[in-house]
Amino acid sequence: MAAFNPVAAPHTHSGLSTTNIMYLVILALSPAALHGVWLFGLPAVTVLVSCCISAWLSEVVCLQLQGKNWLSSVDGSSLLTALLLAMSLPASTPWWIASIGCAFAIMIGKHVYGGLGHNPFNPAMLGRVMLLICFPFELTNWQATSSPSLGAEGLAFSQQWMGIDGVSAATPLADLNQVQAWNELLIGTHAGSLGETSALLIALGGLFLIWRGIIRPYIPCSLLLGIAIPASIAHWINPQDFASAFSHLLSGGAMLAAFFIATDLVTSPTSPRGQLLFGAGCGLLIWLIRSFGSYPEGVAFAVLIMNAGTPVIDHYLRPKIFGSQSLFKRSKGA
Amino acid sequence: MFSLKPKPFNGGVHPKGYKELTQQQDISKSFVPDRVYLGMQQRNGSMLNSLVAIGDQVTKGQLIARGSNDMTVPLHSPVNGTVEDIKPFLSSHPSGIKSQTLVISNNGDKRWGEDYPSSDYQKLSHEQIVERVLKAGVVGLGGAGFPTGIKLRLARKSKVHTLLINGGECEPYLTCDDRLMREQASEIIAGIKLMAKAIGATSTIIAIEDNKPEAINAIKQACDGFNGISLKVVPSLYPMGSERHLIKAVTGIAIEPGQLSTAQGILVHNVATAKAVYQAVRYQRPLIERVITVSGDAVESPANITVPIGSLVSQVIAECGGLKAEAKRMIAGGPMMGQVLPSPFVPIDKSVGGLLALSEEKINQRESQDCVRCGNCVKVCPMGLMPFQMAAHSNNDDWQGAQEFGLDSCLLCGACSYICPSSIPLVQYFQHAKSNINAQRSMTQKSNLARQLTEARQQRLAREAAAKKAAKAAKRKRPTRSRNTQGES
Repeated sequence: MAAFNPVAAPHTHSGLSTTNIMYLVILALSPAALHGVWLFGLPAVTVLVSCCISAWLSEVVCLQLQGKNWLSSVDGSSLLTALLLAMSLPASTPWWIASIGCAFAIMIGKHVYGGLGHNPFNPAMLGRVMLLICFPFELTNWQATSSPSLGAEGLAFSQQWMGIDGVSAATPLADLNQVQAWNELLIGTHAGSLGETSALLIALGGLFLIWRGIIRPYIPCSLLLGIAIPASIAHWINPQDFASAFSHLLSGGAMLAAFFIATDLVTSPTSPRGQLLFGAGCGLLIWLIRSFGSYPEGVAFAVLIMNAGTPVIDHYLRPKIFGSQSLFKRSKGA
Repeated sequence: MFSLKPKPFNGGVHPKGYKELTQQQDISKSFVPDRVYLGMQQRNGSMLNSLVAIGDQVTKGQLIARGSNDMTVPLHSPVNGTVEDIKPFLSSHPSGIKSQTLVISNNGDKRWGEDYPSSDYQKLSHEQIVERVLKAGVVGLGGAGFPTGIKLRLARKSKVHTLLINGGECEPYLTCDDRLMREQASEIIAGIKLMAKAIGATSTIIAIEDNKPEAINAIKQACDGFNGISLKVVPSLYPMGSERHLIKAVTGIAIEPGQLSTAQGILVHNVATAKAVYQAVRYQRPLIERVITVSGDAVESPANITVPIGSLVSQVIAECGGLKAEAKRMIAGGPMMGQVLPSPFVPIDKSVGGLLALSEEKINQRESQDCVRCGNCVKVCPMGLMPFQMAAHSNNDDWQGAQEFGLDSCLLCGACSYICPSSIPLVQYFQHAKSNINAQRSMTQKSNLARQLTEARQQRLAREAAAKKAAKAAKRKRPTRSRNTQGES
């Protein structure tokens, strides 16, 4: 029977849900993650699985401690954090280090601030930076790829693929003298972190998200331009010391940052103008840290620094109110 | 989302229309209620004075209640019959408030009480047109219910040059304007010309959403050969029916926040209002009925139906085959901005354009989750606001903060609530904040008035005291002076 208690309009809903969004992002990430498993074998699986389990357990514990329904731990947000963190780690990371990082990301990066939607910093990147500071050796021990090769006798699995031993190698970012073919960078058959090597698969996943309307193209575009423009200028002035824009964009975590990390819904600004500024800031910082900092990779730091600026950006760069001329003193005229 | 057509305005949503439920059926005119209930209190709060008593015979079209000024439109009997009762009765306001209501029984005779001959309406002056519209009790039938005559008069005063006719009908389910345009296009056009004359507009634009091809054809044929009337097809995007957004889509002009459209020389009226104006001016027939859409997945046979004002919702629903068992919510208006009816026994007033009965599935309401700042509400807000920020401020009772984020510009269109993946009832927050701000405002006004009165009283008392003192002094002075003179002498 019809209920007649007053409820506010609208009396219909698009059907979009937060959980849907989270799983769509996970779906978009999965090709690159699976590609990482193909490249690095069993160690990659270990890292991925230990991250996921650790994230889910931390989520359940935190929800219980806050008296919330623990069932909401399956909303996909912690799984997404785990996936992002795992993909930014080298495949040779020991399982316990990955687990600590993920627990830190969920507990300190997210729930200390009040849980989903309240964290000012990207939890995965917070976990990544914490690991980088605490375990600098393990976190910079990149593995050479060892994907199974298809020979005359069928698939041949290398020793590394089975997780027996790893051969460490430098990423293209750490070693500028090692010239990389652009198609190698695109497909991702070079050394690097678990899930960031294939720029192509990541970009395809990102385009899928844009097509589905989950993210808007402002942050990816401005972030990539934010790296490419200063990189091109520096490379044009001094090609010896500065990598080209191509190798900046296609190696390391640039693509992952552009489509999946900087676009994190919770920690990025919401207005188009704000997103453009945020993305450009991230891009510029990534290039600065990579070129002048003491770390070969700057994605995590750059994103965290810009996260800190998100509230300010959201406060000042609001969308233009319909019909109003001024961007700032808007409440006065209304 | 990769549409090449530029969007007519930023934001907006595409809720599923469900217009097919009623789009292809003629407007049914057979509905005769056995009783009508006419509230003496109008939507804006003003009261009418009844001109009839219990037991009086009334005829269809007879003036039965009048307000004290032009802002309160007169009320006419929608049926022939007897005044049965005058008692407090539910109104369609969602609060379930009761107001003094005339109950008129219907004797089933559908003839008008008096003859309304066609008059030579082409020769009327603009003021005569406005007079007739006011006398007929015509209000805006698009939903706001503002007295049409007043709107026309004010528009003339502010030198409006463009009359914009809203045939958008962007709310899902509603098709009454669509049907009206298809079936009575010539009357609508005649009404539009009368309105244009009344306000002295030099150009008239009729805007129709592109999902109504038949209505577009009908109107195109009807206004063929008339100068000064043009038809504009606008993309279907909610809230196209909003005055500001329709103006932006048609003329490209964005009305500033706090400004009225007439300040830019544009007046917007609904197609159904145009038809009522035609009836009021040509035949001097009062507005006693309107076409409404009865729809939703929980109504047995959805229809567009002409209902006498004051018919009960329950009667109209019964006429449409009754409710299905899965009916969960009854709504007056569309699903995006409509109001939940407080009971099936409320009368339909002039501003109700639709009755919807929806099932749980179509309402699709879920438990709300925490905001993840996804920015979808910012993306769809047609006013360029940041709903999630406004909601955060409203949630903390920070009304001023909410206003700084543009609460006063919020249309309550519901696009943000519709899209929110966390199912946060954003509009509910804004309604709450707005009513609190209004209450505060009226409190301030009241206390200001009280202070002014107190000050005036104190000044008056002081004045009187001073006058008394002066009088006393004057009294005392006279003898003194005389004594002095005596002394001198």
